[in-house]
Amino acid sequence: MLAESLFVMLGTLSVIGALGMLIARNPVSSALWLILTLFCVAGLYLTLSAEFIAVVQVLVYAGAIMVLFLFVIMLLNLGTMPTMKGVGWKKAVGFVLCVVVLTQLVLIGATGLDLLPATEVVDVANAGSATTIAKSLFTRYALAFEVIGILLLVATIGAVMLAKRRFA
Amino acid sequence: MDLAGAYEGILFDVAGGFTLLLLMTAGVVCIVWDIFSNDDPVLPVLAAMTCVVAAGWEVRGLDAGSSTAFYDLIRAYGLTSYINITLLISALVSIVLSVPYLNRIRRGYGEVYALILFATAGAVMLASANSLVTVFVGLETMSIALYILVGLVRQGGGGIESALKYFLLGAFSTGFFLYGIALLYGATGTMILPDLAAGFEARGSMMLLFWAGVALFLVGFLFKVSAVPFHMWTPDVYQGAPTPLTGYMSTASKAAAFAALILVLYYGLGDLAATKWQTALAVVALVTMVGGNIFALVQNNVKRMLAYSSVAHAGYVLVALVAGTGEGYAGAAYYLLIYSFMNLGAFGVMALLEWDQKEGSEQTIDSLSGVGLRKPILGVVMTVFMFSLIGFPPFGGFFGKIAVFAPAIEAGFTWLVIVGVLASALSGYYYLRVLYVFWMRPQSWSAPQVQAHKFPVPSLSAAVLVACAVVLTVIGFVPVVRDLPMVYFDVAFTGGTP
Amino acid sequence: MEIALSWYLTLAAVLFAIGVAGVLLRSNLIIILMSVELMLNAVNVTLVAFSQSMGDVSGQILVFFVMSVAAAEAAIGLAIVIAIFRNKLSVDINDFNLFKW
Repeated sequence: MLAESLFVMLGTLSVIGALGMLIARNPVSSALWLILTLFCVAGLYLTLSAEFIAVVQVLVYAGAIMVLFLFVIMLLNLGTMPTMKGVGWKKAVGFVLCVVVLTQLVLIGATGLDLLPATEVVDVANAGSATTIAKSLFTRYALAFEVIGILLLVATIGAVMLAKRRFA
Repeated sequence: MDLAGAYEGILFDVAGGFTLLLLMTAGVVCIVWDIFSNDDPVLPVLAAMTCVVAAGWEVRGLDAGSSTAFYDLIRAYGLTSYINITLLISALVSIVLSVPYLNRIRRGYGEVYALILFATAGAVMLASANSLVTVFVGLETMSIALYILVGLVRQGGGGIESALKYFLLGAFSTGFFLYGIALLYGATGTMILPDLAAGFEARGSMMLLFWAGVALFLVGFLFKVSAVPFHMWTPDVYQGAPTPLTGYMSTASKAAAFAALILVLYYGLGDLAATKWQTALAVVALVTMVGGNIFALVQNNVKRMLAYSSVAHAGYVLVALVAGTGEGYAGAAYYLLIYSFMNLGAFGVMALLEWDQKEGSEQTIDSLSGVGLRKPILGVVMTVFMFSLIGFPPFGGFFGKIAVFAPAIEAGFTWLVIVGVLASALSGYYYLRVLYVFWMRPQSWSAPQVQAHKFPVPSLSAAVLVACAVVLTVIGFVPVVRDLPMVYFDVAFTGGTP
Repeated sequence: MEIALSWYLTLAAVLFAIGVAGVLLRSNLIIILMSVELMLNAVNVTLVAFSQSMGDVSGQILVFFVMSVAAAEAAIGLAIVIAIFRNKLSVDINDFNLFKW
């Protein structure tokens, strides 16, 4: 019962945060709404007993990515700009598309999964712990881990190349 | 898992992932070298040598039976070696063509060569994927390196907007692609491609989830290979990117994505209700061939024309995948090799002919008048590339088209092949128009054009282009190149693994 | 825990759809980038829910990689936004004529 009410609370808050991001006029408030969602998602990971992922979620998203976003918004001084304009026909078409996608996905989630035999969390203590993940990450997925390291190097170089004036 | 044993296993597997590891190491060496000796001319040589060495290693692996390495993360040897050679040739040609081009537009940075190597590493990982994790990691490494390379030319503002468009649509499609992976994982309980079908049976009654996953997953791939409903980014991005790198994008990234698609369809989905995705792919192949060729007809900008032509060629490869047989997959691999030579050559010639100071982003076909008479070597090789792209008999493109269309007829998709042949007949118009302008149109150059055109064709670039043209002329008469991929799938059908 | 898996999947689908809506409806580049991050987050919720319900760790490994990719995409995306802002003094997608969606 406690777990369920926790889930409902965190789920509602995360959807509210996402909607807030969607409709906020000011990019700064958009970013703050998104941070609320990201924290709630970290809480949801905890209800799934995925502690490691929950901690990484807070560190990487709230701690690094969103700070980067806020930094760029402040750097470009976007807070003062009006952002919402009139809704054109393209947006209307896009919105209808969204609603269709949404209904479809909810349908998938709701109907496709009631057929699942067991919904209990299996082997909770092991699958989500840092030890299990680390063991798997550094043996079975060692190659992918190396390539992800290269990807982050590429992103670092690329960010400098794209944003630096010398290259422009 | 016993850690010491695990690391011994990894060391043992290093041979299988040699190309990937070599490309990553060389890329890091390039970056570090660039710190100490900024924009050293040795860097492109180093990058090119890496590709040559890796290609040599892969040639050695062609005969070895296919196996998996790194705990089923990647495949090695066999078909993977064949595709990797295609990718490495594409990287090598692009590096050689990039050197004079980037120096001319004063963008000769050492980082560029490192990024090409990293993009190739991502492409190799994608093309040798044996797990959904590998597909995702390889695809993203390749894509992120390409986003940066597209945004390299920025003085007109065109390149960076191309990069923005590529990035936004790419990131958006990654979201769907990833959602597809998540649903597939949920429906099958495994990430390993060959286990997908068995996992699906074992979990049972997850039809909706599974097929929604497959659909979203395929959408991500179709975006990367620019099949028609998802092709909107292609012309704008190709137009704004530096031309030799456009050649790289249109060949290596496409070949890698197609290779991964072949692996997914062959190992992952296999016979699993084959007709379901066959029909969907057939429709996509149809609109891609027709749409690509029709849009290409009305283009005046050379790079946009070639972009739509590459969309059309993606359609031809899709026809082979629709067949869903070993012959089809082998034909697709063969076509990708030939297509790489043709497209690299065509974009390479265009890279040497840009004098509008905007890197070809506004160059019309008419501005090429009389090039063939002034620069006969470029004229001759361009003639070979254009005839090959049409699919004219003695050249490679013809044999490639036979290899992709024949299996589709055998599989009962005659209507699709008829449309494909008609579409490629249509393509003759815009390819021959280029040749007409090259050879027959009187020169009507303005003074700056004549001035800019005085620069000599760099001998190394010319040598590479001539080599591509020679390969295209003779490749059809070397049957072993065509039969090689077939062997891998033959082995598979008799019980082994390709 | 007695929470059904489908609850998590439905929540993830809703978050994903809101992210898609953000990409399609908003014209501010930075908000579009944030919406993409939200889409990736929704996928992560799906992956972790599946992974925990099956007791299989590979889903969480993928989540780990997705987070790295999200960080890389944010860095590249924001660098492109800065470069574009220098050129056009705008982050509104309607101000770029090259965009023929």
